[in-house]
Amino acid sequence: MTIETPVGEKVSGGGTPDEPVTTSLPSYWTRPNVLTGVVGAVIGYSIGHWFGNYVAADNQQFQGNGQNDFALTLGYLVATLGWLAGLGVLNYPIAKMLGHRPDETFEEDPRLSRYFRYTLDHKVVGLQYLSAMLFYFFAAGLFALVIRSELLSPTSHLLAPDTYVEVVGEHGTLMMMMMTSAILGPFGNYLIPLMIGSRRMAFPRLEALSFWLTPAAFVVLLSGLFVGGFPTGWTGYAPLAVQAKEGQDAYLVAFGLMACSMILAGFNIVATVINYRAPGMTWTRVPLFVWGILVTSMLMVLAAPILVGATYMALMDRTVQTALFDVNHGGSSYLWQNLFWFFGHPEVYILALPGFGIALELLPVFARKPAFAYRTAVAGMVGVGVLSFFVWQHHLFDSGINPDMRPVVMFTTELISIPTGIIYLVAVGTLWRAKLRMTVPMLFIFGMLFNFLIGGISGVFLSDVPADGVAHGSFFVMAHFHYTIMGGYIFAFFAGIYYWLPKMMGRRLNDRLGKVHFWLMFVAFNSTFLPLFAVGQLGMPRRVFEYAQRLQALNVWVSISAFALGLSMLVFVFNFLKSTIIDDKVELVENPWQSRGLEWTVPSPPPRLNFPSIPIVTSGPYEYGTGAGPMAVLSVPASAGAEGEVLL
Amino acid sequence: MSPASSPSNVNRFHLTRILVVWLVLSLILTPLVYFVWGPNMPPGDMANNAKDQQFDNTVLSTVATPVVLFIWVYLGYALIFFRRKDASDEEDGPPIKGHLGFQVGWVGLTTVIVLSLFVFGTYELVGPNGAGTGSGSSPIWTPAGYSGVAKYNKLFQVQVIGQQWRWTFRYPAYQGVETTQLVIPEGVQIQFNTTSLDVIHSFWAYELGVKADAVPGVNNIAFAVAERPGTFQIRCAELCGPLHGAMSSVGVVVSPTAFNTWIAGQLVLHGEVIPLLPPYAPTYLPQSDGGLYDPGQDPLGPDLTLPSPAP
Amino acid sequence: MTKAQKTIGVLIPLALLLAVVVWTFFYLIRWPPTVEASTRSAGVVDITAQTVGSIGTGNHPTWVSYLVRDSSGVWVHTTTLQVPANSTVHMTIYQFDSGSSLRNPVMNQVLGAPDATLDGKPYSLWTDTIGHTFTIPELGLSVPMPGISATAANPCSVAPCALSYDHHTVQFTFKTFGATVYTWQCFVPCGLGYLAGFGGPMSTFGYMNGVLKVVA
Repeated sequence: MTIETPVGEKVSGGGTPDEPVTTSLPSYWTRPNVLTGVVGAVIGYSIGHWFGNYVAADNQQFQGNGQNDFALTLGYLVATLGWLAGLGVLNYPIAKMLGHRPDETFEEDPRLSRYFRYTLDHKVVGLQYLSAMLFYFFAAGLFALVIRSELLSPTSHLLAPDTYVEVVGEHGTLMMMMMTSAILGPFGNYLIPLMIGSRRMAFPRLEALSFWLTPAAFVVLLSGLFVGGFPTGWTGYAPLAVQAKEGQDAYLVAFGLMACSMILAGFNIVATVINYRAPGMTWTRVPLFVWGILVTSMLMVLAAPILVGATYMALMDRTVQTALFDVNHGGSSYLWQNLFWFFGHPEVYILALPGFGIALELLPVFARKPAFAYRTAVAGMVGVGVLSFFVWQHHLFDSGINPDMRPVVMFTTELISIPTGIIYLVAVGTLWRAKLRMTVPMLFIFGMLFNFLIGGISGVFLSDVPADGVAHGSFFVMAHFHYTIMGGYIFAFFAGIYYWLPKMMGRRLNDRLGKVHFWLMFVAFNSTFLPLFAVGQLGMPRRVFEYAQRLQALNVWVSISAFALGLSMLVFVFNFLKSTIIDDKVELVENPWQSRGLEWTVPSPPPRLNFPSIPIVTSGPYEYGTGAGPMAVLSVPASAGAEGEVLL
Repeated sequence: MSPASSPSNVNRFHLTRILVVWLVLSLILTPLVYFVWGPNMPPGDMANNAKDQQFDNTVLSTVATPVVLFIWVYLGYALIFFRRKDASDEEDGPPIKGHLGFQVGWVGLTTVIVLSLFVFGTYELVGPNGAGTGSGSSPIWTPAGYSGVAKYNKLFQVQVIGQQWRWTFRYPAYQGVETTQLVIPEGVQIQFNTTSLDVIHSFWAYELGVKADAVPGVNNIAFAVAERPGTFQIRCAELCGPLHGAMSSVGVVVSPTAFNTWIAGQLVLHGEVIPLLPPYAPTYLPQSDGGLYDPGQDPLGPDLTLPSPAP
Repeated sequence: MTKAQKTIGVLIPLALLLAVVVWTFFYLIRWPPTVEASTRSAGVVDITAQTVGSIGTGNHPTWVSYLVRDSSGVWVHTTTLQVPANSTVHMTIYQFDSGSSLRNPVMNQVLGAPDATLDGKPYSLWTDTIGHTFTIPELGLSVPMPGISATAANPCSVAPCALSYDHHTVQFTFKTFGATVYTWQCFVPCGLGYLAGFGGPMSTFGYMNGVLKVVA
């Protein structure tokens, strides 16, 4: 049942069918919302910064270099606490601790303003995530255009060298930090309950908290630009990180916050998928998208805590002069690299797996065939996840690690190609003798398969230690990870948007603009990143503002293509804003893609509780061409007023 | 269903066409990659390591070519021939859920390829003494003449010192003179001892095929033999601060006699600085044995000053 | 709401965002002003600079810095120098700062400037404490500038420093070639309290490192 009540009107809820109790909705402005969150953040920052100054101002142990990292770090942390308190996140736990009955009547509020505050409806959180992730993505992309503008010339011309390295760091960190939840956040949170036949997620408060940490991380990271920036790039290597100016604190705090967000989001999803599957939804009927997100969530839960530990250690080195990373005083020069990459390598699979999940989810729908080798696909995704923990040392091949580790890690890294190849096995098999419908989402999936192949093959070059001797630290690595992450994951992200927006918002993106977006993006993307393989192999290191004169022509070509890539994003933004906000709402065909998925059996957008009652699943989601009936039996309850069910 | 369109015949029909196109393209392109592109692959053949890296690149590209071609041919074929007839075609495809032979074959083939590449990679790493990559302070695949004990080590030693933001080089066999340019004799087995005075850098001698991280407190050893005279690019390959991009220079490979002339000149040019330099040591930190480079004003560290000026 | 209202409702935040983006871009491309070398004669130019113990103004008043004298005699807080191609550059640097030790004694030497003079006397090596160096690695040029004595009677505390304060005068010549941009830096690790002494002003453009633009 969809409740569409204009603002200010009375709504019915509770009571008996004969005597409905009407309650008028409180104003948005008198309840915790984004603006009270901002106020909380400002107050929190002032308190934290003041306290930091109070403790550290004249203390040599804290302030050896005249910059007060302690005050800044504490300011950021208390600001985040203030932000969360202002949003009302802390109200429930505090009420429970004090023994009071928490007030969550705001959950019944159906107005549009619920998107601008803390809410427990996973669908609202999913859409909040979607808009936020798009915003972060475009912000980070703008930094990339600044980088490419500087690289038009082989010598310094637009940006001062330290500003250049700051911008590189902002672009890289925004992307690698925020985009980890780009698919899991919007699509994982929105769709998983719908796909497994649940009316809610296991920990809706943790889910909402994981979202509201992301704007905090974003703002903290951007603020780093105005306190001197950070010179380490997204990898944050100590000892340079210990030497850096205040901006490094912004990087460390932001990454720590985002890691917390990842842990919470992952935790919630694992619990939901394990415990909230509808009856009949056996593990072999779980959609491949859900499997992909599940493995991703396991990786988040297991890897992100290491990052929190590492950033905490680096902050200690910077604020209170511990010497964990300073070899001059007994620390280790390798410690940061190892800790960071122990997180960092599963991180990139956190970025790859949801892309695989979307690809394998959409292929059966548009090929009109069952997913080929379903169990092998699952084994592939789980294999990638497990193996991802054993390969991190390949980022340290040339750094002087114990030499007999290198063939071992070369082995495990090359082994990962096997489960990754299984994804292609499934794609190839699903496409075999298919009845392909080349819709916009399908175009993006084909683009993803094309791009990720190039990215994956270049990974094999990097896993081979002698070949890595040429490629490590050069633009070859850059091209490799842009092909896998942008060419794979981001293309899948856009495929997901075009595919699921009709479900999530009841609106469909314009097809013709979608095709323009795809073709422009695909051509510009390849034109931007394919030459970078050559640039790297020809001797240009990463993160440099100066390069050999002979490489200028290639760099100019790449920069122009990058601007074309930016243009394709503008096409998307125009399409998105026009189709979702400006255009009048059109009555959509239910299930425009004729998908068997369980999420398509409910209205678009789904009602508050998703299903009229918990469905009973009778067949898998990919039974195209087998003549199987619908995936589940959705029964309508005999009595009305079923929404009085206690949920939270 | 007539025999001509029975599933196994249809399968064989498509399979044959795909395989034929793939085979033709592979047979044309793969030899081109190996024989035509191979000798011109980066990073060239100026040194033994560079040649190895070039060979690695060639072999990996050659193996990758048919794999990539297969997926491309398949995707292209699917886009053309596995499409629905028109927009009104609502039919589903055949409900093929798996094919044991295909799955086993695919996984088996990828496993074989991957394992062979692993064996190849290990062989190419071990044989050329670490293939020019930084092998740490105790390398295990070493050329003849190497010894972990300095006095028995017969290899030509150069120490590469990374600091923010330039490279300097010390020659322990020549009074430990420190120069700002890297010159090495051709045809001689060189041992690069890479270390850093501050943060992590990475010594990348492109045409020599050497890449070794310069890590403070660590002696990272790489080996190379330059096989002909010429110049080579030196770049820093690990972000070390704002001027990381400016940390480049040019190294020279000369004949052994020219090298002797050059180093004699350097001893004269830098002669007055040699007494000021700390004794040559694998790493330079306050705790290390031997040499000591002043790490700068450090409020928490020991008081470190230069020796009093020479009279 | 009508379509027109919704369009305005979307365009206004977008315009604000665009303004923020444009402002951020201009913030990022801020660059210390360029000071051109003054011409002495055809193909011969002069640059005069000073190094001070604390700059006194701006975001980091306690940081050490270079300043360059422009054509009207004003000391500009910048490290962006501009010289013509294929010319001889005479450089004069007044060093007002106290000294400390170099991390790498190679930089105790004068490299690439055989005619360097210190307070009028030719020198090629300085073994006592050094205030700053002027080093252009790409040109093989490195000139150490001694620090003023710890017992100096009249030290300058804040920039710009007049020549009446205690200082050392270093002069040297180098040649430029084709049009390009060189980066230059100081090598004395005087970033106090930062790891290895190279943080803070040592890592910030406009203080202890800069560019030398060679224009055709």
